Amino acid sequence: MIARKDAYEIVIESLNEVFAQTGMPAPAALGEDTVLVGADPVLDSLGVVQLIVEVEQRVEQGHNISLTLANDKAMSARNSPFRTIGVLADHVVATAQEAAS
Amino acid sequence: MSSERPVMLVTGARKGIGRYLVEHYLKKGYAVEGCSRGKADIESEFYRHHEVDVADEKGVRHMVGDITKRHGRIDAVLNNAAIASMNHVLLTPAKSANRMLEVNVTGTMLVCRDAAKVMMRRKYGRIVNFTTIVAPIALAGEAVYAASKSAVVTFTRILAFELGQWGITCNSFGATPIMTDMIKGVPQDKINAVVNNLAIKRLGTHEDCANVCDFFISPTSDNITGQVIYLGGVT
Repeated sequence: MIARKDAYEIVIESLNEVFAQTGMPAPAALGEDTVLVGADPVLDSLGVVQLIVEVEQRVEQGHNISLTLANDKAMSARNSPFRTIGVLADHVVATAQEAAS
Repeated sequence: MSSERPVMLVTGARKGIGRYLVEHYLKKGYAVEGCSRGKADIESEFYRHHEVDVADEKGVRHMVGDITKRHGRIDAVLNNAAIASMNHVLLTPAKSANRMLEVNVTGTMLVCRDAAKVMMRRKYGRIVNFTTIVAPIALAGEAVYAASKSAVVTFTRILAFELGQWGITCNSFGATPIMTDMIKGVPQDKINAVVNNLAIKRLGTHEDCANVCDFFISPTSDNITGQVIYLGGVT
């Protein structure tokens, strides 16, 4: 299990790590509605790949939960679970719950 | 934590080429993690065995997670695990074909995927995926096995482009016949016919395999990626 607040923080930290590693410009502010996938995203497609891996690794290291965020359910969902920071945080919580059950 | 020793994962480590490579790289100072479906009797304080089927997504994820927890890194992966069923295609059941594709193709992909996630954080990695000369020489009687290994070569070539930006190289290696359990059921005259058509007319050896792997995983091979090397003059 992982608390929503912790999941949100992991996404923000991971996103900042991706900005630092790739040199992509970080927006002035990051929040629940910051777009990751869709119109006017803050990352390119490879940045999203890197973000997802970074989040997985941080969840595993910090919470001892091994999860795959790009699972079958996520990749076939009508609405991408990676579309905003808030939606991704929700997806982290849900996937961690599934992994624990 | 991060190991002092470079960390290698060898699949199909219990016997044959995989086992030889485990021992070879233990001698070279690696911490080696191996996997196979069964137990292994390799004894070294720097070796850990995982009873994992590479086609089991959850099992592979847990194995890579465990390696990362203990070592904090994976430097090299040798994807040697494979199954072969040497049958005429007219006598090949779908179940057998699917299992070969599952282990040889999906299994290789799963190990590459999860190991690459660890490698990319350190911006360094070496992946060697094992193929076979029976694909380029189009050996009758091994259609599905050869097709699965052709898929591995194509997968590896594209993987090289997908992972190159993170300092991860991906190459394929195809051995000539080597006397292992995998070919023990192949008639001797058939093996002789294959060997007689090679530029170097002899069976492959475990040392041949280690030699190619040494080259691919060398830190100085950072500009060698997307390549396939076959033994014996096969192209």
